[in-house]
This record gives sequence, structure tokens and C-alpha cells, in this order.
Amino acid sequence: MVKELGASPIFHASCHGLNGFDGLERKWAQIGMTTFGHLGYPNFDLIELYCDRMNLVAEGYWLKQASMSPYAGSMYHGSPLLLSVVGPLTVKRIEGQPDHVLCRTSSLAAFGWVMATHLSLYPAILIIPVMPCFYLAVYLHIEIFAAKYAPPRKLFLLKGYCKIGDNNCGNIHCEQEEMINRSKAQIIFSRRPVVLFFFWTTLWSVYVLVLCGISVKQYSGLWEMFQRTYGFILTVEDMSPNIGVLWYFFAEVFDFFRNFFLIVFHVNILFMILPLAIRLNHRPCFLAFVYIAISSMLKSYPSVGDSALYLGLLVLFLDELADMPFSFFIFCGYVGISLLSPVMHNLWIWRGTGNANFYFATAIAYACLQIILLVESVSAMLNHDRKIRKLSVANLQDGKS
Amino acid sequence: MSIRPIDVMAIPLKSTHFFIFLLLLSNIFTPIISFGLTIEQEREEFYEELLLRPLPDRKVLAHFHFQSTAPSSNSNGRHHHLFPKAISQLVQKFQIKEMELSFTQGRWNYELWGGFDPISSSNAKPPGVELWAVFDVPQDQVDASWKNLTHTLSGLFCASINFLESSTMYSAPQWSFRPATGNIRYGMLPREAVCTENLTPWLKLLPCRDKDGLSALMDRPSIYKSFYHSQRLHLTSNKSGPEGMNPGIILEQTLTVVLQPNSQRTSMTYSGEKNVQPSWSLSSIFGRKVSGRCVLAKSSNVYLQLERGLVAELKKNKNNGVGNIASEGFWSGTGFELSVRPDKVFEEENSSHRRGSSVLFEFSVDKYSDSQPFDLGLKWKFPVTWSSEPAPLHASRFLMGSGNERGAIAILLKSADLNDASLGTCSSSNGYKFRVDVFQVVPWYVKVYYHTLQLFVNGQPKAVGDVIEKIHVSPSKDKISPGVMEMVLQFPCDVKSAALTLEFDKGFLHIDEYPPDANQGFDIPSAAISFPNFYTSLLFPGNCSVDKSPMLSKFQEKNPVLSYTEVLLVPLTTPDFSMPYNVITITCTVFALYFGSLLNVLRRRVDEEERLLKSKAGKTAPLSGLLSKLSAKLRGRPQETPQSPSNSSSLISSKLLLKVFLVAVLAVAWQYYFG
Repeated sequence: MVKELGASPIFHASCHGLNGFDGLERKWAQIGMTTFGHLGYPNFDLIELYCDRMNLVAEGYWLKQASMSPYAGSMYHGSPLLLSVVGPLTVKRIEGQPDHVLCRTSSLAAFGWVMATHLSLYPAILIIPVMPCFYLAVYLHIEIFAAKYAPPRKLFLLKGYCKIGDNNCGNIHCEQEEMINRSKAQIIFSRRPVVLFFFWTTLWSVYVLVLCGISVKQYSGLWEMFQRTYGFILTVEDMSPNIGVLWYFFAEVFDFFRNFFLIVFHVNILFMILPLAIRLNHRPCFLAFVYIAISSMLKSYPSVGDSALYLGLLVLFLDELADMPFSFFIFCGYVGISLLSPVMHNLWIWRGTGNANFYFATAIAYACLQIILLVESVSAMLNHDRKIRKLSVANLQDGKS
Repeated sequence: MSIRPIDVMAIPLKSTHFFIFLLLLSNIFTPIISFGLTIEQEREEFYEELLLRPLPDRKVLAHFHFQSTAPSSNSNGRHHHLFPKAISQLVQKFQIKEMELSFTQGRWNYELWGGFDPISSSNAKPPGVELWAVFDVPQDQVDASWKNLTHTLSGLFCASINFLESSTMYSAPQWSFRPATGNIRYGMLPREAVCTENLTPWLKLLPCRDKDGLSALMDRPSIYKSFYHSQRLHLTSNKSGPEGMNPGIILEQTLTVVLQPNSQRTSMTYSGEKNVQPSWSLSSIFGRKVSGRCVLAKSSNVYLQLERGLVAELKKNKNNGVGNIASEGFWSGTGFELSVRPDKVFEEENSSHRRGSSVLFEFSVDKYSDSQPFDLGLKWKFPVTWSSEPAPLHASRFLMGSGNERGAIAILLKSADLNDASLGTCSSSNGYKFRVDVFQVVPWYVKVYYHTLQLFVNGQPKAVGDVIEKIHVSPSKDKISPGVMEMVLQFPCDVKSAALTLEFDKGFLHIDEYPPDANQGFDIPSAAISFPNFYTSLLFPGNCSVDKSPMLSKFQEKNPVLSYTEVLLVPLTTPDFSMPYNVITITCTVFALYFGSLLNVLRRRVDEEERLLKSKAGKTAPLSGLLSKLSAKLRGRPQETPQSPSNSSSLISSKLLLKVFLVAVLAVAWQYYFG
């Protein structure tokens, strides 16, 4: 018995880390583990995120099955609906069966979980200003195209310019100018989509809340749910390391100032909503990208998945951001951080030879990189639009004269 | 007769009358008061006892047992003769039904020193401080009473028991720790250092303190030099009386010490052998002798107990050696020699144990005095080896995994003795199941995943539902409450070993929450493992002295076998304690970088800057160029500049006024409601 137990820590370590893989992947990961043996425990952030979150979901589901509130421990902080969707996928593990049988279902569950974490508090707040812009743009687009077969005011001026350049006809320019004035008037009066948007949003959230309320009714109601989900996000309670900077900040800051800094950091996110919406209202997709980037950078518990989302969206604006400075530097920075950060984490947590400051330094560098990327992309986008406008104006003048 | 002198004295008439009245009164009531006193003295009792037992690994167990009882009726007002007033006030104030406080240093070695006898299951305590209390108050006041009690005890015993006040430190076990008690609270401080400053207030509760009687043996250096010592205070109070045997308060104070006697090689023939038991005497292990009893004690006895295994071994030796002696007098035979002749000898009645029965020698301290002190000595004549009776399953607990992020707790239960008859009793008494209760409290910063509970019986993984009959989990809440796990496990009778594992994540704390020596690690308090199918009881033949001895009647109680596991030391990751300022400033700088640069980008209008530059350049340029540029600009944006001020000036002023008004209203409202 002693022998077996002696062997079991290794077993535990490996199955804990490689929860969501099926046989072949597990084998590869084990090979990777042995090749990266000098790093000790395989600490790939993604795997970590994967199995940690799954453990939390499994714990919440277990508590729920044991007819306790899933929020009873300080483990699960997700939605109760998610638990009833994703939870059953983790149930086999509870029965003590070998893990590899269920790798598929558990990886499915992990995918669901990761998707759901993207729909947390901040995106929900930020989506509200994005959507009206988007609605407006789409509305204008359709309206104008339908009416005049001409591009909208700012976005499509370039196209218009090209066409105009081909035709070189004074009439069209006059029409276009007229149209610009008209579309300005329409912007002021088109409130219907906004109202519709708010109507559907409230309808949807009421629907979700009612479902949540039904599923947590037998425990302690919606208030506890809010406390354990949004309260957990707002008061940064969990101080376990992630790739952000707030965990270390709140582990070190004096308790007296904790509330002050909480307010400052959250207001920091909210503060930028309006200026960005005003300045980028003609580019709703880019605005959405900027909001996602900001929230994934400043949110309470950022993860690699959050930055993966906005980095994926970055490709949408390849043409517009072609002139962005420091792009090579930022790329190198991302690569360097993604290599250094696991090493520092490993040194600090697993080997005990490093210090918390090592890992925090990479987190700071990462935050700075994200800030540079964000600021430079916004600046490049504004410059790009400005150039287009200048060109079009110059062209209009040329056409007139 | 007493009136006469007053008559003689020349004092004013009124006062004389008054004085006479007083004296008369006193004459009338004196017999009544004295009668009452005698009743009280009969009922408020104090016993002192000492049990000595040689242990198999050449050590000696000394177990002091002091018991004070106070009647429930308060005919004496708030005063007591023998009973410590502080304790009775404690009981009255916090409505304590039962309470136990123990200070322990060292760990009871269940394998060598036994795990099946009353001393090991009720006096072997986890290291540090353990406190539990059952309150007789409504459910909602229990926590408040507990908090007050911890502070009071902390003051009484000069210990940091007040740390148990925090809700992260105590728990409310439902059924596994003590059966069927509702208002119980349980807390443990595994790292409390126990020292003489805790013993002195404990001794103050004794009527003779450590000046006289058996407690005079408590020589501080020899006690704190010991391998294990546990000082315990158990309090039982029965308000109503009829339910229990003894109404009132029973205060039971025990001190259990395991000492290593200085080996006095008496018989040179066996000196070469390793397993010669050292001969010892009271003066050699404590450095003191007993010079008579505490006069306030009702009885004052010293007992020497020989364990079942030892008695069996001695009997075997004797049969091999000299020949058969009457079973009653066998102790005077070959195995060992006592320096004092015992007053009584008891042999255990219990025949269910295959190993034989233990033997108890009683020595009364009454007849000894300063001139002729009591000094019990035990001299071994030849080497004896035996083993103490272990608990049905030996429980140990350990950590698995490496690194500071996660790990697992494993509790390993191993059948100690393969040929033991105890498992036979299991099969005969309770079908084929063998019940084990587990009670474990885990602090919140060790975040246990209860769904990862795994069970191995005889090395084979078992489904949780097959073995666990009943489980109650209250998961930990961050900074609010610890995680409590209570389980009833049912094993088959032929179980050789069983293990259960639980995975956990290590938490990350705020720098203020770390103790001064943060890198030493954090303690997980001991788990309590009890075996409700097995009872500890030593039944000695009933005669009057046994009935009166509280310690022996305590031994006769049928209590389930209980053992504690080791305290676990979990190292947690530490942040850098030296640089909160750096972290704060650097993080704020990053935020300022984000905020400032983004706002700057949004605010900047490059064409305006260009225009400014051009206008600057235009000042030096020729007038015509400037004019043409201006005209071009005017044509490009014709209406914007001139229109705005004229239209909006009135609007702006009215808006401004409205805003000022709004702010003023807000300020007034704020002042009114919150000021």
C-alpha cells in the first residue's frame, strides 16, 4: 500500500495537469513534459487555465449534486445555467473512473467554459455603446445604398473617390455632398434602432435572469448569485497569479486603500467608453476591438484566452493598421513574454527558486505591451481615416474647381 | 452567658440593646450556618490521583488526574470552598454544558504507546491548543458565546486562544466529533507554543496548587523535558441535575506526561542488552518525592498500571522460570520489584481481549509525610519486551505533490495488528462492516476540491459510494470559514489498509495575512479519526474504592476509540514582503500610461496641428500665399467657426445655471442624508 501511495503523487500530478486531453495528446504532452524536464512541471498557461477552470466547474457541480449551493465554497464563480449545461460533462470524473475515457466530453466542457468566461461583466457593459454604433452604421449603410447606390459618409468615401475619379462628373459630387448633409440629419433622428437594441437587451437579460433565478431558487436566491459572480469580479478577492497585474497589486496594497483602488481601476475601464465611442463612432468594428482589448487588459482576472480574442480580431484591420509603428517591437515583445512568463511562473511557484517579482515583472511588461499595441493601433486608425478624409476633400475640391 | 459582659460595660443604652440583639441572632444562627457549611463541604469535593505506566519503548507515562466537583445549588451564594471561582463564573456566564481545553506539546506515538486504552483516546491530544465547547444557549447566540469564551480563556490561561475567535478558525461539527450535540464549536491552534506560563494558571485552579500533594511532583524542567505532555481541562455542568449522576459542575484536570527515566543499571548482567527496561522511581523521573497528600483532597492515590501485553509477557516468563505462584500474588514474583508495597491490587475483569488483562496497583499517599516521603520505585529484574495495544486502524496523514500551487491530502488507515482479535469482534458484533468516522477541518487557504475524493481499500480504487455511508461537507469560504469534512466510512472487516485522497489548490494571501515566519508554512490541524464500534474501557472489579476513584470510573466509561492524525505543514507561496510601495507605484504608473497615452491619442487632431504649423509658417510667408491658403480653408469649412458662439451663448448660460443648481441640490441632499 505504501508503495502504491508513493507512486500516486506522480500519477496525480500528471492527471491533474493533463485533464482534458485524450490518449494521443496526453502521450505527446507527456513527451513534452519529459523533454521540458528541466522546467519541472509542465506549466503551459493554456493547460493550466483549462484544467483549473474545469476543476472549479466540477466542484460547483459536485456541490450542486450534493444539494448544496454551488456557491457554497469559494470555488465556483460562474453562472448557474452554465453549470447545468457544462456540469454533467464533468460528472464521470466524480465517480472515480479513469480520466482518459472522458477526455472528449471534458474538453467540450472546457470549451464551453472558456466561451462563457468571455461573456463576463465587462464585455456586457462595453457591448452597450458598441451596439448602437454598429446599428447606426449598418442602418446608414443600408439606407444610403438603397437610396442612392452611393457609399456612406465617411467609411466609403474612398470607394466613392475611386468611382468619382473614373467618371469625373460634377453632378455626382454635388449629389454626394447633398447626401452627406442628409445622412447627418439622419444620424440625429434615427433613434429607433437604439430603442430596439435596448429593448432586446433587456428582454434577453430578463430571460437569463429568470432562468438563473429558477435554478438557484432552492439555495439562496439571486442575490447570492450576484455576490458570487459579479461581486467576485468587482472586489478582486482571488489573489492567485494570472497574467494581469491586479492580483499582485491587491496582494500587496494596504487594506485601508483597497476600496479606493478598486474604484479607480474599475472607473478606469468605464471612463474610456465615451471618448472612444465619440472618436471612433464611424468604425464600430474597430471600436469593438478596442473595447475588447481594454477589458481583457484591465479586467480583474485576465487570462490568455482574453488576449487571444482581441489578437484574433486584430487581423480584421490589417489594411488600416499597416502604417502602425512599433509593430515589430510589439510582436517580439509578445513572443518574448509568452516564453518568459511560464519560466518565471515555474521558477516561483514550482521550484521555489524565483521570486514573485520575477513573474510580476513579466506581467508588467505584458501590460505595457498591450497598452502600446492599443494606443498605437487607435492612433494609426485615426491617422488613416484622417488621410482618407483629406484625400477625399482635396478630390472634391479638385472636382469642383 | 454572653450577655453578662455587655451588661457590665458602660455603653449607651440604645447601642447596648442593638448589640445584644446581634449577639442573640448570632447565637441562634451559628449552628445552622455551621450545619450548612458541613453539607457544602461534603458536596464540594476534590480528588487527586496519579497513574504511572511503563511504556514499551523504555519510557514512563505519568498521568495526573485532579477532579473538583461543585454542587449546582448556590446556597453559598457565589462562593466556593474548593472549587475555583473563575471556572464556575465561566460556566454561569457562558452557559457551558461541556468544554474541553488542552495544551499539548509533542505528538502521542500511537504505535508505541498504544491507541486502544482510555488514556490514549481521551488524553492524547493534537499538538497545540484544542478547544471545544457545548453551549446551552439558543442557536443564534452560540457564536457570540464562543467568541467571549475564547477571550476569557485566553486571559485565564495566558495563551493566544483568542485567535480562535475569528470565524476562519473554528467550526461546528455536526455528528462526527461528538455524537448528538447541537451547539458545539470546535477550534484548534496547531502552532501554539505550550510552556510553563500555561501550566501555572492551570495549577492555580487546584486547591493545593503545586505546594502539596501529588501536584508537588510537577517539577517544571522534568515536565517540559518530556517527549509528550498534554495538559487538559474538562468541564461538565449539569444545570438540572436529574439527567446526570452528579449535578453541578465537574472540573477534571489532567496532565499526561511521557518521560524518559534516567536508566539506572541495577543488574549488571543484562547491561549489555539493549532492551533492558530502565528502572525508575518517582524521585528519579520527577526529581521530587510526594510528602503526603493534599489535605483538602478527599482521596489521594497513586496507581501503577501494567499493560495487558506486559502482564502476559511477565506471566509467560514466570511460567518458564520459578514456577507457578498464585495469580493474586504474581506481581511480587520474578519480573520486577516495587520499592513500596501496594495497598491493593486489581486485575482487569474484561476477558474479551485475547492478550490477557492489565493489572493495577494502588498506593495510598495518606500515610506518608515529610519525614517519610512516598517514593515509588520500579526495578526490572530481567529484560522484558512487549507492545502496547494499538488502535484498530493506525491513522496517518500526509501531503502529496510538489510545488506551491496544488497538492493532495492523503489519510492512510493501516491495520496495525494482523492477528488481533479486535477485527473478530468487528465481524461478530456488527455484521461485516467496520465503521470509521473522520472529522477534518481545513483552513480556507487550502482550497480542497471535494469532488476529487478518491478511496483505495486494500490498494484497490473503490467508488466513493461503496465505502462512504454518510458525508457532510461544508466547503471553505475565503476569509470567512474553514472547510469541514465529516465522513462515516464502512470498511469490510478484512480491511488491511485504506487510503483516501483529496486534491487541493493552495491559496494566495494578502501580505498582512501571513504570519511573521511566512516561509515556514501553514499548519492544517489534525484530523480526528474515531472507531465507534470499538470502546475503550478498563473494568476493574467493583469495590468501593474503585467506585470512588474518579479516574478509574473515567476509565470504565465506554468511549469510542479516538485518535488524531499528524498536523500537516503546507508551504504556501509568498509574495515579496519588502516592496508594497514599489508594486503600488509601478502598477499605478502602468495605469497612468494607459490612460494618459490613450486619451492623448484621442484628443490629438493632426490636421489642426498642421494648420497651426502652417499659420506659424504663414506669418513669415508672403501675404498672397497666406491669403490664398486662408481662402482655401474658408471654402473647405465655411460655416463652422463663425456660427457657434452667437447661437449657443444663451443656451450655454442656461445649461450652466442648471448644472450649478443640480450640483447644489445634490450637495444639499448629501449633506442632509449622510452628513
